[in-house]
Amino acid sequence: MAQPNNYGFGEEAALLKESARKFFREHFTTDKLHALVAADHNPDRAPTCDWDQSLWQKLVDLGWTMLAVPESAGGVGMPVAAVAGLVEELGRAAFPCPLLGTLNATYVLIGCGADGEAALADIASGESATLAFSNRHGSWDPGATEVRHDADGLHGSAWFVQDAAKSDRLLVCAHTENGLGLFWLPMNAPGVSRVADGIVDLTRDQAHIRFDGSPAVQVSANALAAINNAMPAVWTLLAADMVGAAEWQLQTSVDYAATRKQFDHTLGYFQAIKHPLVEVMLLIDEAKSLVYNAACACDTEVGKAAQYAHMAKASASDMAAYASSRSVQTHGGIGFTWECHVHLYFKRQKHSQVLWGDGSWHRARLADILIGAAA
Amino acid sequence: MSESARKDTPEQAEFRAYCREWLAANKPGEPSVRLPQSPLEIMTEDQLSYLQAWQKSAYDAGLVGCDYPVEVGGGGRSNCQTVANEEMMAARTPFFPNVIGLGMAAPTVFYHAREDVKSELLPRLFSGEDIWCQGFSEPGAGSDLASVQTFAERKGDKWVINGHKVWTSLAHFAEWMIILLRTDKSHKYDGLSYFVVPIRSALGKGVTVRPLIKITGETGFNEVIFDNLEVDDRFRLDELGKGWQVAMTTLLHERGAGELQTPRAGGMKNKSTHAITAGNVIELAKACKRGEENSAADDPLLRDKIMRQLIREEGLKQNQRRTRVQALLDHPMRLPLQNKLLASEIAQQTAALALEVEGMRSSLYLADENAPAGGQWPLAYMNSYGMTIAAGTSEVQRNILGERVLGLAKSK
Repeated sequence: MAQPNNYGFGEEAALLKESARKFFREHFTTDKLHALVAADHNPDRAPTCDWDQSLWQKLVDLGWTMLAVPESAGGVGMPVAAVAGLVEELGRAAFPCPLLGTLNATYVLIGCGADGEAALADIASGESATLAFSNRHGSWDPGATEVRHDADGLHGSAWFVQDAAKSDRLLVCAHTENGLGLFWLPMNAPGVSRVADGIVDLTRDQAHIRFDGSPAVQVSANALAAINNAMPAVWTLLAADMVGAAEWQLQTSVDYAATRKQFDHTLGYFQAIKHPLVEVMLLIDEAKSLVYNAACACDTEVGKAAQYAHMAKASASDMAAYASSRSVQTHGGIGFTWECHVHLYFKRQKHSQVLWGDGSWHRARLADILIGAAA
Repeated sequence: MSESARKDTPEQAEFRAYCREWLAANKPGEPSVRLPQSPLEIMTEDQLSYLQAWQKSAYDAGLVGCDYPVEVGGGGRSNCQTVANEEMMAARTPFFPNVIGLGMAAPTVFYHAREDVKSELLPRLFSGEDIWCQGFSEPGAGSDLASVQTFAERKGDKWVINGHKVWTSLAHFAEWMIILLRTDKSHKYDGLSYFVVPIRSALGKGVTVRPLIKITGETGFNEVIFDNLEVDDRFRLDELGKGWQVAMTTLLHERGAGELQTPRAGGMKNKSTHAITAGNVIELAKACKRGEENSAADDPLLRDKIMRQLIREEGLKQNQRRTRVQALLDHPMRLPLQNKLLASEIAQQTAALALEVEGMRSSLYLADENAPAGGQWPLAYMNSYGMTIAAGTSEVQRNILGERVLGLAKSK
């Protein structure tokens, strides 16, 4: 099936993106973000979870957390392309919240068929969720879980769980007697203990989660199929977040280069500053175009979704590394301080670069698809 | 239904069906001569006449200049050149030889010349009967284009031209040249004026064309020397002193960012040419053995590099698609102005990667029968520098993007 020329990014999608941009511009400036998450600079401090829960509730009330839930399960059933527009704006604002995890869980649950419908209804009712899929090594391969499910519930630990302290629910991948299954449970279920990770990124929280006989509803007996079905959307949306964040980094660096003067000229006059900023723009546009192509593939060309999503996330990961590097370097001495806002995005991007696979990992998967496995 | 066909207007849909039918019946057969990689490398009259015959038949059928008005020899349609281009590419036709005429001279003449000049020159430009060339660069005016010194001195209703133009592709076949001239030595930008001047009919009468040999060893471009060439004032485009503004029309279209779509054909498979794409590098890598059991396509580092290139190519393709999705654009010129820069740099990196894949055998060139792919990859790599230098070097492109899109201060 061919993709529509406009990525399926129609009027509704444009409206959603524009209202999201307005929402964050009005309610969540970078000053607010800095005051919220960077109050304590001590690198040895205990992990915290700083977020604006009442603003998150507004976002839930707007229905944005259930955009991807199919109408049959009480959601809006918007295409991935439209959701990517919203997530791009979320990334631009670097708003700490469990939206990405909730969307990720939604796409996995959609692949669980009838067994996933009750969980999707929980999300449609406003609950947030996050994926608990990874092992202690942080493997990006689906099915790398250490958790197992026995007669008395879940046992073992899940690692690198995103925004765990902000999420209401967990979607866990666990070994069962009959292969890998997926399980749905509240974060406050019996036998669940959450240990926060001390992380670099100030706009997220992360944890490893221990299960000690936690009761959970099985939503799939074929976890790999559901996960593989969902990962293209997961990679694509994270790449959309990175594109939005990078647009902030570029604009902030350009604003600084247009005002700060040295040697009687603004910094932007010097090609040693100008050309790298142009390079950032080129890389952002490549990643952005690839994001909407991948999103559109998730919606209309499923057979190529994985291939295009690998391209989007590989491109976004390398782009984000360069955009971050130039944002600090362009700001010079002030960019090296805690007081300057660029470190917030630098750290968010650094986290996103490796989350769900870095550039090299995605290119290796892409090569297997397009060249064939290596001898 | 093809990807593009689904959004056609009724006029476009009808025209598309017509193009498809005409191409099925009239696409030219395989040439008996070896075709060059691009129109800018046409070397012989045999190559030229094969390609000219093709352009003429496409023009007579209405596939060239579709969106120009009928009065200047166009088709009088709207937004149909894109359709014709897509269908010609899909049918894998030869390319058009009059590439500078179609891409740069036609829009410039159309927007800035006198009405009688337009209707006199454009029909033979579209048909390819008159080949055009471009006279911008000079020995002392490269990236700093506005410093051109070739001078036009007024003499009644004529102008007398003296000076020296370089890097002039196709001048050895050209009837006409678009040319940027100095008419006033006291103002840098406002002292420039823009003309069209005859070349072939003036050879030996004020015009000398001499071939320049490129780093590949091929000819293809030239230097053109003007020695008291007399030109009628009616061949001046726009007002005296407005040459720089007219030149911007040319450059905008050259970079693929102009209003009028350039007629474009191509795609014909030719055993001696290889499109510079990562897909072709994959095929090359599979064919380049590293041992009994494995090939370059098994090397993890090369696989990573090839995927990088493939991703960049797909990104450029998707940029072109996104250019038409208003809601996903922040600045109208942001993507169009990247096009030439990205296309030329990506091609260069891809060709360089092909040489890495060939390994030791990349040392073998066109004349060696053991050269992989007939030695086309070293040729393509060397030729790629033409594209990163012509039409404003990559460095100049980055200045333009930094200044016009990002709004940074103008660099000197």
